[in-house]
Amino acid sequence: MATLSETIRNSQIWKSIFRHPMPVDRRNRVVVMLTNFFLHLHPVSIKKQGIALSFTWCMGGVTFFLFLVETVTGVLLMFYYRPTLEWAYNDILALRDVTSLGILRELHRWGAHAMVITVWLHMYRVFLTGSYKPPREFNWVVGVVLLLLTLLLSFTGYLLPWDQLAIWAITVGSNMARATPFLGYEGPGAQLLTVDGIDMITNASDARFGLLGARFVGEETLNRFYVLHCIAIPLAVALLLAIHFWRVRKDGGISGPL
Amino acid sequence: MHGHVSEPEFLEQISGFLGVYYLTLATMNGIAAYYLWQSKRSAVLFRVGKNQFTTATLWLAVSVVFLFLAPIAMSGDPQWMRLASIPQPLRDLADFLMGPVVYTVGTMVVLLLMFLAREFFVKPVVAWGLLNLSLLLMGLSITDVDFAAIVTKPDNVPIVGLVFLLGFFTWLATYRAVENDKRKERGEPSLEALNNEKILVWPDLVYTELICMVALTAFLLLWAIGLQAPLEEPASSVKTPNPSKAPWYFLGLQEMLVYFDPWMAGVVLPSLVIFGLMAIPFLDYNKAGNGYYTIKERMFAYLTFQFGFLVLWITLIVMGTFLRGPNWNFFGVYETWDTHKVEALNNVDLSEYFWIYLLGQARPQAPAGSATATKLAFILYREAPGIIALLLYFIVVPPALVLYSKFFRRLFAHMGFIRYMVMANLLLMMALLPIKMIFRWSPLNMKYFIAIPEYLTNL
Repeated sequence: MATLSETIRNSQIWKSIFRHPMPVDRRNRVVVMLTNFFLHLHPVSIKKQGIALSFTWCMGGVTFFLFLVETVTGVLLMFYYRPTLEWAYNDILALRDVTSLGILRELHRWGAHAMVITVWLHMYRVFLTGSYKPPREFNWVVGVVLLLLTLLLSFTGYLLPWDQLAIWAITVGSNMARATPFLGYEGPGAQLLTVDGIDMITNASDARFGLLGARFVGEETLNRFYVLHCIAIPLAVALLLAIHFWRVRKDGGISGPL
Repeated sequence: MHGHVSEPEFLEQISGFLGVYYLTLATMNGIAAYYLWQSKRSAVLFRVGKNQFTTATLWLAVSVVFLFLAPIAMSGDPQWMRLASIPQPLRDLADFLMGPVVYTVGTMVVLLLMFLAREFFVKPVVAWGLLNLSLLLMGLSITDVDFAAIVTKPDNVPIVGLVFLLGFFTWLATYRAVENDKRKERGEPSLEALNNEKILVWPDLVYTELICMVALTAFLLLWAIGLQAPLEEPASSVKTPNPSKAPWYFLGLQEMLVYFDPWMAGVVLPSLVIFGLMAIPFLDYNKAGNGYYTIKERMFAYLTFQFGFLVLWITLIVMGTFLRGPNWNFFGVYETWDTHKVEALNNVDLSEYFWIYLLGQARPQAPAGSATATKLAFILYREAPGIIALLLYFIVVPPALVLYSKFFRRLFAHMGFIRYMVMANLLLMMALLPIKMIFRWSPLNMKYFIAIPEYLTNL
């Protein structure tokens, strides 16, 4: 056995992937952090309190991990689910009753709820340790945008099962946009936006229409939310996550007493 | 919300879960007692003669209590289950006493007391006791059909988790903050500063991450196996469910609809929450408390954030989720959701109070057929009391605070005019909600300070 693993680790293939020996001594433990793509997000060394769970609660990391879980389960669900009025509900029904590995939907939904909670806990920790203070002000702002995007991801995903729970939750939520000042047709000031007595802001041109793609939650909405949920928002989140992590490093690593 | 099952059937259904629940609690306390005893950390609570009653003894006793509850719960027998339930008269009393006012004010008072006596509440023995107590209350309550229905609804389960997680992490943060504040008073470095040595990320952090990922995956799998994701009837745009609720994380906003019109509750205030959060680092100039838990060194920032997060965000979500039923009426946790419950709404606007009650005359109204500008002038005249009050609120309060409060004077001196005004107005915006709540609950039953339904502008 020992010789076999030796042979593998000395092979050209292994060495082409991992450009250094196993990280068992100090030198190679440093090198591994610098030469591995996935590990290079981390610093090489860190203050002990920076990784103490009683300090960090690990909530930022847990949130990121949940984002990965959502991505993987989400992609798998996309193979199965069709966002049309004809199929959406039936596909979810089949995931529950017929399909093997239909549990992916449970993983995806509970992971999404958990992600909202862990984002809040992460922000709670960052606030309580004053970690938004200089030099990390901007990263806090990026974090707030990520919070907003997390909520929007969850909100857009809520519609996709196309059951009563879904459309009415989205109806209640998106009805708010109807009342946007000036931009919603039931909002303050919208009546003032008229040209020659013709209303500019109607229920077919206001903020809610822009959100739903229709006057009410319907097929256009399902399509719109599907694209937002699966493509647009995840891409934005991925970009901001990269900036968020990069700034953690550039702003001096995890916060600690000076 | 009675399903189609009878009481005995319902008890039979939950008996298995409840039995395991109590066994888990018994194990949890048994481990705690064993840990305290083994590590010799258990403190003596009191002595009877030569016998010491320690914390280890206490948790052992609690464990035994749970151990007795487990078979009672597992029996599923209505007679026996009554022993493991909150007596019906007490449930009725709780429902009777509960209302939006009692709930909101009560939560605030409890949180305030816990904050003031935080040195007492962060003691592990107290915190553990409170955890046991709340878990016991959960267990004793879940034999109630209505309580079980609302708490075990699949999408509500995460919120039960959220409440316990928030309780735990608030305890942890406060525990460390109290400890740090004491250390600073003694001139010692913070807990975080003690742990200053540098270590390599491989293996310490990388392995922690790996273990976290494995544990979390296992947890998610168990959750996914144990609890099915909700799927209701197919969507129908003609069958409106009552109540229609937004996703749970927006229920705080939906709850605000009781006090504000949608343009405030759904658009302006949420935008300001996001803007206000982003503004925090640029408004909080206090350099202390960066990278360690503390309360005393940043009291104002701490209290403002906790008021916004725990009181205005979390408790409203909990209320919107568990306590709001059909027609958005308030229901106690043991109360059946009755669609026909009627609550008298007799709200009065400020302008009605001013013109009709105070001056004893009709509210000003533009003569029929007058031009738009005239109508608008009359509307503004009619709503003048509210408009003036609001202007005074936003324009006069910030400078008044500077003039009459030493604390705000110091803030003003540090922040300069613009930053100070941004902060003050954000605080005033945040205070609008509790202010509207109080005016609504008061005998005045005040609805709008400014009511301009003609232009959909009510505040």
